[in-house]
Amino acid sequence: MKYILMMNTMKAGDGVPNWPKKDLQGLVAFMKNFDKELRESGELVSAEGLAFPDQAKQVRAGKDGTPITDGVFPEGKEFLAGYWIVDVDSPERAYAIAARASACPGPGGAPLNMPIEVRQVMSGPPPEML
Amino acid sequence: MTRPSDITYEHLLRELAPQVLGAVIRRWREFGTAEDAVQESLIAAAVQWPREGVPDNPRAWLIQVASRRMTDYVRSETARRQRETVAAIEHSEIYQPAHQDDTLILLFMCCHPALTSSSAIALTLRAVGGLSTAEIASAFLVPEATMAQRISRAKQSIKASGVPFQLPTVEDRASRLKAVLHVLYLIFNEGYTSSVGPHLQRLELSREAIRLTRSVHTLLPEDAEVEGLLALMLLTDARRPARTGSDGELIPLTKQDRALWDQKQISEGIALLTTALSKGSIGAYQLQAAIAALHDEAARVEDTDWPQIVALYELLKRMSDNPMVMLNHAIAVAMVGGPSAGLALLSALDADGRLNGHHRLDAVRAHLLEMAGELEAAVTHYRRAASRTTSSPERNYLAAQAARVGDRTTCDVPRTT
Repeated sequence: MKYILMMNTMKAGDGVPNWPKKDLQGLVAFMKNFDKELRESGELVSAEGLAFPDQAKQVRAGKDGTPITDGVFPEGKEFLAGYWIVDVDSPERAYAIAARASACPGPGGAPLNMPIEVRQVMSGPPPEML
Repeated sequence: MTRPSDITYEHLLRELAPQVLGAVIRRWREFGTAEDAVQESLIAAAVQWPREGVPDNPRAWLIQVASRRMTDYVRSETARRQRETVAAIEHSEIYQPAHQDDTLILLFMCCHPALTSSSAIALTLRAVGGLSTAEIASAFLVPEATMAQRISRAKQSIKASGVPFQLPTVEDRASRLKAVLHVLYLIFNEGYTSSVGPHLQRLELSREAIRLTRSVHTLLPEDAEVEGLLALMLLTDARRPARTGSDGELIPLTKQDRALWDQKQISEGIALLTTALSKGSIGAYQLQAAIAALHDEAARVEDTDWPQIVALYELLKRMSDNPMVMLNHAIAVAMVGGPSAGLALLSALDADGRLNGHHRLDAVRAHLLEMAGELEAAVTHYRRAASRTTSSPERNYLAAQAARVGDRTTCDVPRTT
């Protein structure tokens, strides 16, 4: 069964770009190693990090279908920073992987323990339906 | 030299894969590298045979190519230690006729309890089924590198657990065979559950499961549960053409066009089941096959022998403490004794607690409430089931059921309590 593990950015003000170099390096090393572990366990389907939200646009279709973009976002809102999709044998295993990601090091090297949203990816139909 | 079609090549290669692997392991005593070498020989054959024709002795050809690869591996530093252990074995021994137990031994290895089920499935498909890593990855919709890593980890686990290349001991045999059958059943369901939408390639998985189970049945013709599992697969797979509509929507058993069912597969399944049941050692696969047979034998849905299905579910309940069996039993009871009898059994399942929050419990309750004419409650449960399932086609189906029953409630005279 496949799960998506979604990591949100921290609230405005304590974002990663403001971190000291040493802490940034710690984070990068952690993520690199985490990625390697998931690849080696044969569980990683895909993983992507996303551009920071100040680059984001909100898009809606206008009357004739043309895109109307809006770049203004509310202060303090959380944004998706990146995700992993894993293929695992049980939900418990997905939670264990999410907990590892949650404990990624923050400023001073202390674990951030940030919330990771875990949701199952939709699968095929059931074997039999009456 | 002969020149059969591509499909025949593929079939021949898959049939030979476990035999060649068995021979190479006997010679070199190294499962992991032998498996890689045999994969390379299969790929070489797939390229060369269509151009140059099939060699007179295809098995010996594959063994020779795989052995050359093994020699290369053995020359490398890591495998140097292997050389002394194999020195005593006569080289010619490798070309002896296939040991007919090799396929079985390999299945026991690949379905070893030390492996997770996803690892066991992947390794079985590659080492015994002769499928390539790319084919397996595409069937499971994961990147090839992920599947390669999963297979490589599975081989490491087998190596670490020190399983010898031989049949399990008499004491272990029954439980190990159970693990093998479970993996084959999982492979079948993987293929069977994903025959909709863009995942058509997964059809191959259920065919592969049937092929592998057939070969186990050939090797263990006296085992009633192997025969029961093969019957179950054939009797279930026979209904595949009727399971989905033109837009890929799911069609439940009771609404299927039975003219589309594969009668040849049904006859074969029933024949297998009949001999299995006559052996007098009844198991869960045989009972499930017997239930599938009763559905398959009914020319119309109203001809279904529900009392007999109830009796079989009662036997199955006694054999395994599985809440899904209890759920299916409740449906069958409702078909015989009316919806209230089925709903009473669902209350017992609520108390049991293991299916709490499971969409199937809501879906069945919705179905029985609809039968009882409690349409508003049925809509509520269909909707809840739709929001809880993790299968897209099933969600569409359940949402459509909710909408259909919802339309009936607005047309009907409002019900009094």
